Amino acid sequence: MSDANPDPQNPDARNPDIMTDRFLPRLSRRLLLAGGAAALAAAAAACSPKAGKTVAAVSGAAGAVEKAQLTLGFIKLTDMAPLAIAKELGYFEDEGLSVALEAQANWKVLLDRVISGELDGAHMLAGQPLAATIGFGTKAEVITPFSMDLNGNGITVANKIWAQMKPHVPKMADGRPQHPISAAAMKPVVEAYRGRGEPFNMGMVFPVSTHNYYLRYWLAAGGLHPGFYSPDDVTGQTQAQVLLSVTPPPQMPATLEAGTILGYCVGEPWNQQAVFKGIGVPVITDDEIWTNNPEKVFGITKAFAEANPQTVKALVKALIRAGMWLDEGGGKNRMQAVQILSRPDYVGADPAVIANSMTGTFEYEKGDKRAIPDFNVFFRHFATYPYYSDAVWFLSQMRRWGQIAEDKSDGWYADTAKQVYRPDLYRAAAQALVDEGKAAKADFPWDTDGYKPVTSAFIDKIAYDGRKPNAYLQSQKIGLKAGQKVAGGKVVGA
Amino acid sequence: MTMAIDAGRPNYGSRRFASGLKATGRILETVGLGWLSPFLNIAAGEDALAELGKLWGRLIVPLAASALFVALWAAAAPNIKTSLGAVPGPVQVAEQAASLWQDYQDEQAKAHDYRVRQEARRAAILAADPGAHVNMLKYSGRPTYIDQIFTSLRTVFTGFLLAAVIAVPLGMVCGLSRTINAALNPLIQILKPVSPLAWLPIVTMVVSALYVTDDPLAPKSFIVSAFTVTLCSLWPALINTTLGVASIDPDLVNVTRVLRLSPLTKVRKLVLPSALPYIFTGLRLSLGVGWMVLIAAEMLAQNPGLGKFVWDEFQNGSSQSLARIMVAVLTIGLIGFLLDRLMLALQTAVSPDTGRGDPT
Repeated sequence: MSDANPDPQNPDARNPDIMTDRFLPRLSRRLLLAGGAAALAAAAAACSPKAGKTVAAVSGAAGAVEKAQLTLGFIKLTDMAPLAIAKELGYFEDEGLSVALEAQANWKVLLDRVISGELDGAHMLAGQPLAATIGFGTKAEVITPFSMDLNGNGITVANKIWAQMKPHVPKMADGRPQHPISAAAMKPVVEAYRGRGEPFNMGMVFPVSTHNYYLRYWLAAGGLHPGFYSPDDVTGQTQAQVLLSVTPPPQMPATLEAGTILGYCVGEPWNQQAVFKGIGVPVITDDEIWTNNPEKVFGITKAFAEANPQTVKALVKALIRAGMWLDEGGGKNRMQAVQILSRPDYVGADPAVIANSMTGTFEYEKGDKRAIPDFNVFFRHFATYPYYSDAVWFLSQMRRWGQIAEDKSDGWYADTAKQVYRPDLYRAAAQALVDEGKAAKADFPWDTDGYKPVTSAFIDKIAYDGRKPNAYLQSQKIGLKAGQKVAGGKVVGA
Repeated sequence: MTMAIDAGRPNYGSRRFASGLKATGRILETVGLGWLSPFLNIAAGEDALAELGKLWGRLIVPLAASALFVALWAAAAPNIKTSLGAVPGPVQVAEQAASLWQDYQDEQAKAHDYRVRQEARRAAILAADPGAHVNMLKYSGRPTYIDQIFTSLRTVFTGFLLAAVIAVPLGMVCGLSRTINAALNPLIQILKPVSPLAWLPIVTMVVSALYVTDDPLAPKSFIVSAFTVTLCSLWPALINTTLGVASIDPDLVNVTRVLRLSPLTKVRKLVLPSALPYIFTGLRLSLGVGWMVLIAAEMLAQNPGLGKFVWDEFQNGSSQSLARIMVAVLTIGLIGFLLDRLMLALQTAVSPDTGRGDPT
């Protein structure tokens, strides 16, 4: 490396200030490449993220938990509250669990990830474990040991639809609309649209969602046909007067604003969001369609439950405690729950929007606030017990609209319910809580055989007996009856 | 030069110092901090007025334009009303950036408290039963904004390195052999314009089917995102490498034939050094494309990075959501810029005759 004879390969030699050669040692390209390659290789080695799951056996009062590090999924709806509360108030930690809660993009992704094992369990629609077990959609054995809440949905329509509906809604003495509003008030609007050749679209969150079934129930009770499913038609729009389609909950207000749909059925805070933003009017809550109806469940795969029984018991115990806290003292903890839920990593909506429904008020038209203390029920009325009759109701609705293509016997409904809903796991957890003194014996329905008593608390007053689903189907005006099925766009059979 | 010169003995010390400063200045220019070099040059003894003149184009004008943009933004934003509230102005965006940082610090504090509690639990168990085996649980907090940034960076580097490892050798082969180039070219041209959002469902299905282990090294969402980045960022590196290898001076190729060099020696001594500028340009473009693709891939594959942050904020629909999304947009842009500069610096270090002239 002589100053007088600079290396022709080194462009620095062009620089008249030859002292640079001395100050900056000439990096031979090979050396730099070697060093660079080594650096990149080191970076690549550091690139793979840590496999963050420490499978730990923890000794504690609950017995050894098989898997302590868990990831649970949820969708951004206020009824994921038991999960958030169990985490934030340390109930999971008390049981020796370290739980990460992950928001999912939509219900399909959530179900797929539970089935594939990426999520250990999730906040699920009541229909999802049932549909997965019977093979409608992805087939997998998913069970539920815990019902997360009752009620919690609403049906909202666009402003212009409400304006056309309002004249048909009976009024109370003070001029406000009489609730519950039947879909019969919407029927003239739908007929006007169809008369003009325009489709009347409404949104719901998933083909086997409770929202789909409650929306269909409400429409059918008002004399509107929501469409059939069939093996050829997975969109469920055969013979429909109102076309229902799937939209993920957080995108519903935007879709309503855009005019793609004229109404939707969804959980909170998306109904109140529509009111706050002035784009829609909720017309009915599902508590008014069926008083104290089942809503979300906590779903896990059967394989997970069999491999980790103590973990499942610990999870259910923590969730029961969370439910108890949420309904404690006539709702005294609800405002604190609202603050927790409004965090961006949980539901994320503004506290004012979430506060309404969580504290027992619901705003219909702007300014028309009514008291609905049971809008969200997390523990009262034995909300967390997984009743077989709830499972049978959802299965019956699947049959009613053709998702179950053929007739099934009453025994089939009962057996399927027993496969999916697991009150045995619930009872074990409840008993443990009673033994530990964290819950009272009277908090749980020990005597039930899994079937709630016959009830007519529906908007159309039709009686439902969980043991006789076929008779129930016959008593409905719109829907598939015994011996019927959908083929070639028509209903065929008896 | 204004340094004192000792009679008969040149003052190598200060001259060396001065040339060191100027060399540092040149390095800073290549990494985008060109506005610092005039100051270093003045310290090295160059003409102060001329150097300060350079500052006009490198610092004053860009700063003034950016300030004007921010002012226009602050003026226009409150007038555009969306259903999520008015479009946030620079003040709200700054507030949300501070809130995200505060969030990160709170989460660090919570993790610390959790570890303290776990330690206490361990001590209690050991006190009761000294022989007990206690496994420590990890804090399962949610990823904060800083964690999400690092997840995105890890994913993009994994995808990019995979792409580089595939593209560079393949490109060299294509460049050296006209037959192979003719064979692969149609495939490359057809796959090149495919958008990452179209690759995602396929990649997800394939990964779900093939990647089945009980104790995975990396989460599926990470693999899916990284593969999507690879598939989309492969092409610039591949095409540039092919071009670089194919445009070697034919005289030099003849030299290798005369010297009867083995193919491996030929690659080492001729092909690689000659094609290096092209390869690095291709890699730089690939990284840029990869970063853009990553954000979209993360949104759909739910990899816990910046893409998921934006998607979750959109889903939240709170009154701060838009401002937080804008913070993410600025972060994404800034990181993309830094990655580009990193590659440029690497490129300049390896092949100094390219990219030197970039003054910004």
